[in-house]
Order: sequence, then structure tokens, then C-alpha cells
Amino acid sequence: MSRYLLRFGALGYLAFLLLVPVGFVFYRAFEHGFAHAWAAVTTPEAIHALELTLLIAAIAVPANTVFGIVMALALVRGRFAGRGLLNAAVDLPLALSPVIVGLALVLLYGRGGWLGGLAGHGVRILFAVPGMVLATMFVSLPFVVREVVPVLREIGTEQEQAAETLGAHPFQVFRRITLPAIRWAVAYGVVLTTARAIGEFGAVSAVSGNIEGQTQTLPLYVKAQVDGFDTAGAYASSVVLALIAIATVVALRVIQPKEH
Amino acid sequence: MAADAAVVGAPSRSRAARPGGLALGLATGYLSVVVLLPLAALVWASRGQGPAEFWQQATAPEAVAALKLTLGLAAACAFVNAVAGTAIAWVLVRDRFRGKGLVDAVIDLPFALPTIVAGLTLLALYGPGGPFGLDVAFTRIGTLFALLFVTLPFVVRAVQPVLLELDVEMEQAAASLGAGSFEVFRRIVFPNLLPAILSGVALAFARAVGEFGAVVLISGNIPFKTEVSSVYIFGQLQSGNTSGAAAVSVVLLVISLGVLLGIGGVRRWRTRYDRV
Repeated sequence: MSRYLLRFGALGYLAFLLLVPVGFVFYRAFEHGFAHAWAAVTTPEAIHALELTLLIAAIAVPANTVFGIVMALALVRGRFAGRGLLNAAVDLPLALSPVIVGLALVLLYGRGGWLGGLAGHGVRILFAVPGMVLATMFVSLPFVVREVVPVLREIGTEQEQAAETLGAHPFQVFRRITLPAIRWAVAYGVVLTTARAIGEFGAVSAVSGNIEGQTQTLPLYVKAQVDGFDTAGAYASSVVLALIAIATVVALRVIQPKEH
Repeated sequence: MAADAAVVGAPSRSRAARPGGLALGLATGYLSVVVLLPLAALVWASRGQGPAEFWQQATAPEAVAALKLTLGLAAACAFVNAVAGTAIAWVLVRDRFRGKGLVDAVIDLPFALPTIVAGLTLLALYGPGGPFGLDVAFTRIGTLFALLFVTLPFVVRAVQPVLLELDVEMEQAAASLGAGSFEVFRRIVFPNLLPAILSGVALAFARAVGEFGAVVLISGNIPFKTEVSSVYIFGQLQSGNTSGAAAVSVVLLVISLGVLLGIGGVRRWRTRYDRV
């Protein structure tokens, strides 16, 4: 009896908080028909927003992936002073409000900031794509590191030492032994990084200036549509983002059992 | 960290697959440019014209009201997550029903869904003109809903693996000695889960303190009523009061770091617990 009560309570909570709301957005997006929703996500502004979102992710995700692998190797196997500090610094973005991230970038690159002079030399960071890329890199930085570190700890170094003894070059060891061992952890981290990069709102919002058709990512576009009472556009774009999120969850499921 | 080093093995003489000085330097440089330099600029800017101004900005009535609300909501969110998250983890591990795999997958959705979409979904269903006639938009309850949505996975995902590895024999032994199911939970299961619950709760609390995207649509951002700190900071930034925004940010930063250190403490406690 208490078992059913618990099941009912837990599933009810999930439905109330998660499933019904997300399902309802799909309903609202398509209530006037598929064509209507399609028209709302194919306006020039919406398409530009989607393209910009993907462009930013295409820069931030590879950068954070390479960084993540190198940093994970350093954190697990390096022997150097300040390793603990570096480890804590990598986690910082997880503990920060996205708004604070955006504000920090504004203060660094804005007028009177340490690097505010760049704007005078024709390097536009704020209210332009570079600032949005930096904000995205900041918030999505820890994911690859955090996924790869535990796997590196688990596999140890015996196989690599064997390969080295047999005359393999360090890069060869990395490519043939280390990388295959951590590839699913890297993939998991990349999926998480991508999801965060595509969905980031607060940090990007603070640095973008939110100029329609220029510095508006898809999440910013959704907010602008809600503010402008164009709910059709907001719901349709939300469905696009929700579909990306669902694809992310499916990808995580496919990858997960291989290692976790 | 001592335990970690033991897993990796004795310091090896091999340099295989360990980043050399150049790679490490580049990675640290990247971290510094992307994360540390902006944060340093933030802390630097928060001083304004000196400590007096910092104090004045950080204790402005609207800022204090926002901070109180933020901490209160985050605490409420942490408490609900502790109960609901543990219950969901329990159902996912111990219960058996059709579609469990699907439910398990759905738990990750709040991590993957853009926060602004999360806010919009809640506004559509529980806002004005919603299908249930339940309108919590622009109230503290609505804001709490948004925080619960985005923090849902933390406790579930922290408790689930511990529950999976928990030895059922201990519980059976207690039951055979006459303990009721509640007593088994209270005296056997709960103490084993507590470190995981606390670690998940701390993550949820830290996330709730800083959340912006999910909250900004449904809270209505009414000063002294539903305006949380992140929204206040954003407002100050938009109106050009960057030193005020920076001062409140530093206060939030200190709170987040405290929670982060707390998580580290819980983790160490947990590993010690495991080894016994």
C-alpha cells in the first residue's frame, strides 16, 4: 500500500512539475496547426537566431572539449603545485549565477574595464558575437573535465606504460590507448557542453545587447517574443529548443551504459 | 585527494599521456582568460569608491530584500528536493512498473532544457489563462516552481547510485528482527543515504541561488516582492549601476563558494564513510 502511495507521489510530482508543462508547450505550439508553427520558426529573425546559436556552440564546444581533455589529464596525472586550486577553479562556473558571468565580462571588456581599450582598436567583444562566445565558453567549461576525470582515475596508467615500454611515442600512446579508453566520457561531456551552450540565457543575455537579427540567440529570441506578446513565435521556438533537449537526453542514454 | 592518488598508483616515471608543460600552460591560460580574469575584474569593480560604497551598495534595501527572498526560496527548494528527490530515486531503484526506463530518462530533461524554455513552460501552464485555472505567475510560489523545475535532477542523481549499491540484506535482517518498514528506512536506509542527499541538496541550493533564466518570466520581478538577486543584478547592470551589480554579485559569489566548499566537505565525509 505504502509502495503504491510512494510511486503515485513521485510520479505525480514529476508529471506536475515536468511532463505536463513541457507537453503543454508542444500543444500550444501546434494548436493552430503545423503550418502555423512552421511559419513562426522560419521567419528571418528566428532562422538567424538559430544559426547564431549553432555558430556559437560550434566555437565553444570544440574549444572546451580540447581544454577539457588536457585539463583532465593534468588534474589526474600531473604532479605540480596548485593542482587542488586548479581543480576548484574548473568547478567555479557551476557555482556561479549566469548573470554574474555576464556581468564579469561586461566589467572586463566594457568601458573603463581592464580590456575595455580593445573596443577602441576595432575589436568588438561586448554586444557582439565574441562576447557571446566567451560567455558560452565560461558557463559550459567544466562538463568535459568532470566527465573525463573519474574515468582517467579508473583506468590507471598500466596499459600506457606498457605501450611506452614497447617504444610508442607519447602522442601515439595518447591516440591509441588513452583516447579510446575515455572516448565515451568525452562524448558524454560533449553532449552536456552542447546542451548548455545552446540553451544558455543569462550570461549571453547580459553581454549580447539583444539586437534582433544580429546578436539574438534562440533562447534570447524566445524571451523577446514573450515580451512582445508574440506567443506563437515563442512557443514554436521553444519546441525547437525542447526537441534539441530531448535529443540530448536520448544521446546521454545511448552513451551512458557503456561506462557508468 | 590522498585516496585519489592511491587509485592512480605510485607516481610513475612514465611521461605517457600526461600533458607536457606547454599543453598544461595553454590549458591554464585558457582557464585564466575565460574564467579567472573576468571574475577578477568583477571583484575589482565591486570595490567601487571603497569599502563604504561596497557596503552601501550591498545593503541597499532592494538588494537586501532580493537576497533574503533568494536565500529563503533556495532553502525551500532544497528542502522539497531532499524529500521529493529521495522519493523519486527510491521509486526508480526499488519499485517496478512499466515505463520506468522512460521516467528515469526524463529526470535529465531539466539539465538539457534551456532555462528560458523551462520558465515559459511553467508560465504557460501555471500562468494567467492556464488550462487548470491555477495562476501562480508573479508570485513567490511560481518562482519556487521554477527553481524546483531546474534543480530536480540533483538529489535524484546523487541518491540513485548509492541506493543501487545499498545492501538489501541489512534491511532484511532488521525486518526479520521485527522492525517496521518505516523503522528500517529511518535506522538503516536513511543514514546510508544522508551524505548523498546532503551533497545533492547543496548542489540544488547553489543552483537555486543563482538561477536566472527560468525565474525571469514567471516571477514578474516585482521589487521587494518577487525579485530575486540574479534578477536584481541584471536590472542594476541594465540601468548602468555596475558597481551595485558587482557588490551584490560578490555577496552571492561568497555564498556559492561556501556551498561549494561544503560539498567538498560532504564528499570527504562520504568517502571516509565508505571505507569504514
